Amino acid sequence: MRIHFKTSYEHDIRLFPDRWTFSVYAALLALAFGLPWLIDEFYLGEVTNVLIWAIAGLGLMLLTGQTGQASLGHAAFLAVGCYANTILIELGLPFIVAFPLAGVLTGVIGTLIAIPVLRLHGIYLAIATIALSILADDIIVLLEPWTGGVSGKFPDMITIFGFEIERWSMPARFYYLVLVVTIICTLFYRNLLRSPLGRAFAAVRDSEVSATAMGVHIARTKGMAFGLSCMITGWAGALMGYYAGTFNNETFSLVISITLLMMIVIGGLGSIHGAFFGAVVVAFLPQALSIGKDMIGGGGVAIPGLETGVFGLILILFILFEPMGIYGRWLKIRTWFELFPFARKDMFKRQKSYLKTERLR
Amino acid sequence: MDVLQLLVSGLANGCVYGLIALGFVLIYKATEAVNFAQGDFMMLGAFVTLGLTNAEYMHLPFWVAAPLAIAIMAILGYLLDLFVLRHLFGQSQTAVVILTIALGFVIRFIAGAIWGHEPQTLESPLALGDLQMGGVVLGMADVAVIIVTVLLTIFLYQFFQRTKLGLAMQAASQNQMAAYYMGIPVKRVQGMIWGLAGAVAAVAGILFASKGAIDPNAGLLGIKAFAAAVIGGFGSLPGALAGGLIVGIIEPFAARYLEAGYSQIAPYVLLLAVLIFRPHGLFSQVRIKKV
Repeated sequence: MRIHFKTSYEHDIRLFPDRWTFSVYAALLALAFGLPWLIDEFYLGEVTNVLIWAIAGLGLMLLTGQTGQASLGHAAFLAVGCYANTILIELGLPFIVAFPLAGVLTGVIGTLIAIPVLRLHGIYLAIATIALSILADDIIVLLEPWTGGVSGKFPDMITIFGFEIERWSMPARFYYLVLVVTIICTLFYRNLLRSPLGRAFAAVRDSEVSATAMGVHIARTKGMAFGLSCMITGWAGALMGYYAGTFNNETFSLVISITLLMMIVIGGLGSIHGAFFGAVVVAFLPQALSIGKDMIGGGGVAIPGLETGVFGLILILFILFEPMGIYGRWLKIRTWFELFPFARKDMFKRQKSYLKTERLR
Repeated sequence: MDVLQLLVSGLANGCVYGLIALGFVLIYKATEAVNFAQGDFMMLGAFVTLGLTNAEYMHLPFWVAAPLAIAIMAILGYLLDLFVLRHLFGQSQTAVVILTIALGFVIRFIAGAIWGHEPQTLESPLALGDLQMGGVVLGMADVAVIIVTVLLTIFLYQFFQRTKLGLAMQAASQNQMAAYYMGIPVKRVQGMIWGLAGAVAAVAGILFASKGAIDPNAGLLGIKAFAAAVIGGFGSLPGALAGGLIVGIIEPFAARYLEAGYSQIAPYVLLLAVLIFRPHGLFSQVRIKKV
């Protein structure tokens, strides 16, 4: 068991708590870079998918996990990022400029949308963002000259200084691109949490009243959270467009929004690990189900709705029995090993709290 | 005449939205949770009735099956609160939101597994015939929807104002702690409200299924009912109905007078506008809680 004596503020906000953790993550990174030599192209594609979902999850996690604003409209921002990226490239910008710009643009749009929505909290915010998600579908159709409407669009090949990247013919190159974006987003997220803004996010999540008392500007903090969250989501959307190869108004539906939210809950709200764990579940659930069906013997019979049904069931069980998600379970297992003879069952027991009424605010 | 026709058919649709919205508001008022699966409850209620009446399933007479289905849905609502939602007490609202969305997925899957994914029609005596009144054609089902909604509203109003249980529910919704001290079994009352919401959903489902075909995805109608509930004000029962009527009426008019692409977004634009300018809804009583 390792004990961290935090003797100064610098210790508290270190990127890695100790050398051991650092070396674990370094090894993980080396493994990630060596992956194209270790597994075949099909699974490489799946891993790429996991990483893209993880980026999207990080985006929503910033909003829901850190700031406590549940959004059911992030598919709309995925769409904004995806279309912005494609349109900017069509306008003649190189990928290396268009891609970051697409994220920034999504962030700006997110902030603009957030300004009126910021007055809402809890359920009202969820409903307003549901409406956004539904509206996005119709707005894409209405903006047909730019978005291609129902017939959709397909992104061009990515070219970075003459170096070509394509999802189907060169999966390894595309994988590296996604990996680099993932690492940048993860570091960005981690560093944000170490900054005053990140602490303000957590303060707003835990109690708006006490955050105000501490001198946090609630509306500005929420707006920043919305903007930064949408920026990361926009990048994920752009990558999703490349991964899918073609997209139209139905690609980024309400179901994607809901899946995203469920993904970060299953993974573990408020932790970076959670976004990755959740992405693994979302990406591999279809495969796991088909393998499960083969084992039972139901083989080729397609059962419509099975995937979402099982997904919903897993989610219900998680919320009831493990509100901290897979990451929470992982923490418990790790703590058990670290404390070995002294671990107790109730160490993570949730404190009972009374219903906090929304109407009082 | 055209306008009148649109108005009447909009009213009938709006009543169904209003009934689903009523379910949201009932639960929200009592437990501060929003049941995102209310639309799926409605769908399930319709399918239970369908399973009890239709010839290829149980083939009970409609007037036996309908109350039975309402009772089944009420019990289901109560059990759901007992076994699932009560454990969430004190957790954040996000948890409840996500849980009920997941519940909707599961209900949709179960209904699809039992009754199939094809649209089916309920063999209901309400679905027969049209009513002709001075150029306005009105399906019997539409008339039934409007009448039942009015009756149900009156019933609920009387229930909350006059009966002991209704008053207990009101008390529990205003201040759980105070209600508990006054000897109201708050948990059981909340369970009963979930049951009541299940019953209302079943009524909405029966009415909806009499108006046309129903399939497991009909629960997505719940999103429109959300718009209705928010427009009306989430905390007010008459507001929910009024919101439902507004959404129901806007839809056919937008479809008639607006361009194709713009018509289906009309309810949501209205929803966003209401949220931005009057976040508590058009008919809410915005006042500080007294207790």
